[in-house]
Amino acid sequence: MNLYEFCYGIIHWLVDLVNNLWYWLGDLLPWWFGDFFTAVGDFARSDGHLSVMTILLEGVVILVVGLVNVLNFIWIDRKLSGRIFDFYGPYYVGYRIGGWLQNLADGIKLFTKEIITPAKADRVGFLVAPIVFVGSSVLVLAAIPFSHNFGIATNDSGAGIPAGVLFAFAMFAIAPFAILVAGWSSNNKYTLIGGMRSAAQMMSYEIPMLLIVASVLLLAGGFSFGEVVDAQHDIWFAIPLFLGFIVFLVCIVAEVEVQPFDLPEAEAELVEGWTTEYCGMRFGLFMMTSYLRGYAGGALTTALFLGGWQGPRLIPDEFWFLIKAYIVFFVVEWMRWSLPRIRVDQILGLGWKRLMPLAILNLLIAAAMKTMGWF
Amino acid sequence: MAEMWINMGPQHPMTHGLWNLRIKVDGETITDAEPEVGYLHRGIEKLCEDRTYTQIIPITDRLCYGSSLTWSHLYCLTVEDLMGVEVPERAEYIRVMAIEMQRIASHLMWLAAYAADLGMMVGFIYGMRDREVFIDLLQALSGSRLTYNYPRIGGVAHDLPHNFDRDALRACEYMEKKLKEYEDIYDGSKVFMMRNEGIGLLKKEDALNLGVTGPPLRGSGVKYDLRKDMPYSVYEDIDFQPRSHPACDCYARYRVRMDEMWESCRIIRQTVKKMPKGKWRVVAPRNAPEGTGFGRVEDPRGEAVMYVVGNGTDRPYRLKIRSPIFVTVSAAPKMLIGYKVADVVAIMGGLDMCIGEADR
Repeated sequence: MNLYEFCYGIIHWLVDLVNNLWYWLGDLLPWWFGDFFTAVGDFARSDGHLSVMTILLEGVVILVVGLVNVLNFIWIDRKLSGRIFDFYGPYYVGYRIGGWLQNLADGIKLFTKEIITPAKADRVGFLVAPIVFVGSSVLVLAAIPFSHNFGIATNDSGAGIPAGVLFAFAMFAIAPFAILVAGWSSNNKYTLIGGMRSAAQMMSYEIPMLLIVASVLLLAGGFSFGEVVDAQHDIWFAIPLFLGFIVFLVCIVAEVEVQPFDLPEAEAELVEGWTTEYCGMRFGLFMMTSYLRGYAGGALTTALFLGGWQGPRLIPDEFWFLIKAYIVFFVVEWMRWSLPRIRVDQILGLGWKRLMPLAILNLLIAAAMKTMGWF
Repeated sequence: MAEMWINMGPQHPMTHGLWNLRIKVDGETITDAEPEVGYLHRGIEKLCEDRTYTQIIPITDRLCYGSSLTWSHLYCLTVEDLMGVEVPERAEYIRVMAIEMQRIASHLMWLAAYAADLGMMVGFIYGMRDREVFIDLLQALSGSRLTYNYPRIGGVAHDLPHNFDRDALRACEYMEKKLKEYEDIYDGSKVFMMRNEGIGLLKKEDALNLGVTGPPLRGSGVKYDLRKDMPYSVYEDIDFQPRSHPACDCYARYRVRMDEMWESCRIIRQTVKKMPKGKWRVVAPRNAPEGTGFGRVEDPRGEAVMYVVGNGTDRPYRLKIRSPIFVTVSAAPKMLIGYKVADVVAIMGGLDMCIGEADR
């Protein structure tokens, strides 16, 4: 049973339950009113309505799973950074589960804080930027299935939207735009520089990353995550495309804006970068979303290079996928806490002079392998 | 983007204290810079005129939170020069040992702040962790962690505690092991080198003309260290090398400080070995004669000078403090112009700003 069938079952059961009550109610009323009731009930039972509701329910399930994952990620990040820094991470709140509840406590604290909009900020941009940032990042999550059975699907034939890889990367690339809007509309010099840096940074890593994705899709011969993962049944793409894997990992670190590449929020010189003027739960959403993007980055790396949800049949596919994504996240965090931040002109140089030629070379390697008929 | 002025400070993560750096940026490039100090002026020189010579020692401790011991040591040297007090040799050795520990602690705090400025959080925690070892030693010596109030006019407040020699040697051993690790972490990191090499060039002539002293001057290739060039206390009897680096950039300043920590470990080992027996304090007269006293030491941040005028009473007529950072920060525009906004933290962090002493 896949996620679509599961959700379809739930929706069908709910609609039937409500409809029975509804028809019974309709029978009690005069005929002209009862006909209306019957029409509504028939609509609720129609295929179109059922599949739309099913997809919405799928979305809710994916969102909840994703957010719980994000809580896990923040907790892992805190514990891990604590270990790297020679101290214990959080452990007071939720003592018996290793301080896991600390994130919830922080969330509650942020919820109770006042949300301030600076007097001279552009109110529309200031309000829209967090919505675009969080929304686009959550949409990345929606496109990534955990297994053949666990992911958003439009019918019961399998998981994953068609051309899901393209959709995920398109959504991933929207965030710098939101950052630019947030930085500009805050009407603050630090945030403005942060936003501009984000735009400059995007130009340097986005193109190499998409070239690498193109080489993966070339080998896989399909645009959906299911096809890409199935193509890695014999060998993970990280091995033939090792060069591309490394370049992709660097680009993902830049995409999720963690430490070596967190120029837009360089807290040493730009106070808090583009988030300087945001407070309360808006800031909390930004922080949560940055971890969500870290998780999405790990999941994308897993799906494209590390064989996705494939693994020995000891544990379910979904857990294989999560374990691999967590390991990639661990590597990213490890880099984050132990490397200095690089400069904005250096990341441009890195992107255009190093990553770009390597990405093109990787594309050529992939094309050669495809021509030889190895994939 | 049009050119604009940005205030980095008085409340800013870069400043490490209360001061303001105004920079004019064209996009990301700095076209002009103007440091403003004076936010932390406490009138220490004036306060000193109203207190007896002994009461001034805790005030001089407050000059710099990073290396308070060097300042009280300098004050005691100056007043001893004024009063003509002969300090016992054991006291001099204890002082040298203590200020070298203070130098390591100060440089470690610099290293921690510098790593955090560059975005390397692990360096921040490691630096602060290892500084704790020397803070503990100084606490055993003097009884407090940050403002020690340890030297006295004519010696030091207490003798060494039990087994202090052993602890000092252990700390040196630990530190040398950790210094190797630091050199692996920092010099082995490509990103760290990218952020440091060729950044914040301060030419030798500029450094000399602007009166820059300490690690920034030695980082510009001038081998000038008061401990060697004008030895005070017992530095004549101790074998060490002032370290310099010819590169004139942030990396050179980093390198000089790391090498100085190695040298400080050497000095501590020698003081432990040569520590003589005897008195650690002589009683100093309450009133100073009319006349002047002058002292200069090599602070972790540069050349610190004090000049005291006595008028025959138990209070100084005037106490003048020359702060190394107050002079060094004037070289900031020379170093900053032409670099990027992100380099501000590397360049100003490399100077090891301490505003307490600059504003006095």
